[in-house]
Amino acid sequence: MIAVKKLVKRFGLKTVLRGVDFSVQPGEFVALLGPNGAGKTTFLRILAALSRPTLGEVSIAGYKLPDEAAQVRARLGVVSHLSLLYNDLTAEENLRFYARMYGVENSSARIAAVLAMIGLETRRRDLVRTYSRGMQQRLAIGRAVLHDPQIMLLDEPYTGLDQDASSMLDAALKAVAADGRTIVMTSHDLARAEELAARFDILSRGIIVASATRKQIKKNNLLSFYKQALAD
Amino acid sequence: MATKASHPNSLSKKEAAVGGYFKAISAIVWKDLRAEFRSWELISAMLVFSLLALLIFNFALELDVKTRQSVTAGVLWATFAFAGTLGLNRSMSIEKDRGCLDGLLLAPVDRSAIYFGKFFSNLAFMLIVEAIVLPVYSVLYNTNLFQPGLIAIILLGSVGYTSVGTLLAAMSVQTRTRDVLLPILLFPVAFAVLLSAVKASGGFLNGADFAEISFPINLLIVYDIIFIAISFMLFDAVVEE
Repeated sequence: MIAVKKLVKRFGLKTVLRGVDFSVQPGEFVALLGPNGAGKTTFLRILAALSRPTLGEVSIAGYKLPDEAAQVRARLGVVSHLSLLYNDLTAEENLRFYARMYGVENSSARIAAVLAMIGLETRRRDLVRTYSRGMQQRLAIGRAVLHDPQIMLLDEPYTGLDQDASSMLDAALKAVAADGRTIVMTSHDLARAEELAARFDILSRGIIVASATRKQIKKNNLLSFYKQALAD
Repeated sequence: MATKASHPNSLSKKEAAVGGYFKAISAIVWKDLRAEFRSWELISAMLVFSLLALLIFNFALELDVKTRQSVTAGVLWATFAFAGTLGLNRSMSIEKDRGCLDGLLLAPVDRSAIYFGKFFSNLAFMLIVEAIVLPVYSVLYNTNLFQPGLIAIILLGSVGYTSVGTLLAAMSVQTRTRDVLLPILLFPVAFAVLLSAVKASGGFLNGADFAEISFPINLLIVYDIIFIAISFMLFDAVVEE
């Protein structure tokens, strides 16, 4: 579903990604872990067709980036630590706007279904500026799945959430994953990544230094795998 | 090699391209107007600035009636240009601050649709402010500005200014010094539009023949076309990393 070969990204003289090889099978949930500055967000922005690779090949759902970016974007849902929502619109208006941008058919029914999935039907007519951070993040997930994407890219979705909001986001993400979508999530939260993902890739200094499946890592041992990967 | 996956919402390529393009433009305009008519954040700032500028010009210049007539075009366009910059900056900042620009760029539409959506919204905001400023100016300066020819010139000037302003605002908003950078980039580029607009407006208000003002008007039309065409071609490169 996602195939990346020898991906390099440079910003001026600074090389952020140094030949990343990465692949994800359909329906797989991959957690991309790594310290600050490892290049996780840059990598995800390239997968989301928001940034052009300097060198290397990126192919998503059979479409190559950056040449077939529009086809790729139609198949992607992106959630970041920023909500990508408009404060002065209601939840329903935000979803209606994005439904029109993505050409979603039967948008009213789809919006109602998404609001029910994220548990915000009763607050659908409230302005987003009145929402708590956790509610905004749930709505951000609703926005990302509105056009029924096959692939979800999650960039630090738990940033700034308290315990309750994180638990609610867990439930929303599990519902999204249960639909068989392919998911790539970057996170600092190893416990959450361990709970949700089936595979763990460690990105350090612009390169993937280790990769392991849930089966390969004994329960509650992700932390030592992570530390070992960074030490090597 | 991976096969290309079909998508439940995919339409035929041509339908998707044409229908999606205009739908995206109208969606952005709808979103911007809806949000603005709820918060009045942008228009109120532009309006207050414009009215203050007019008052300052009025009291600072203390001109007789005849001289007032001759400076009207300059005062008007200076006011519109500064207020317009304020609006363009704010309009793009709203998109950038909460990551909404990424939300727009993630949509599977040609990115020029995003440019045109923002262009039409910004033009609407500027025209609304101008529609309020004109009667205030007429009262303060005792000059009738409600003449179809002058309104057409203001429309042409606003299209040129907003078209290039939207492109440059998309560029400057990505920098830390965006508030300072936009006027620095915009004024030299839009100088030709402003000069033509001032010449055409001034000539019209001073009762010049159409033959005399046809040159700046033609120039305005040419600049409008050139700026829209250049912005259409460059927007994608400006917003992508």
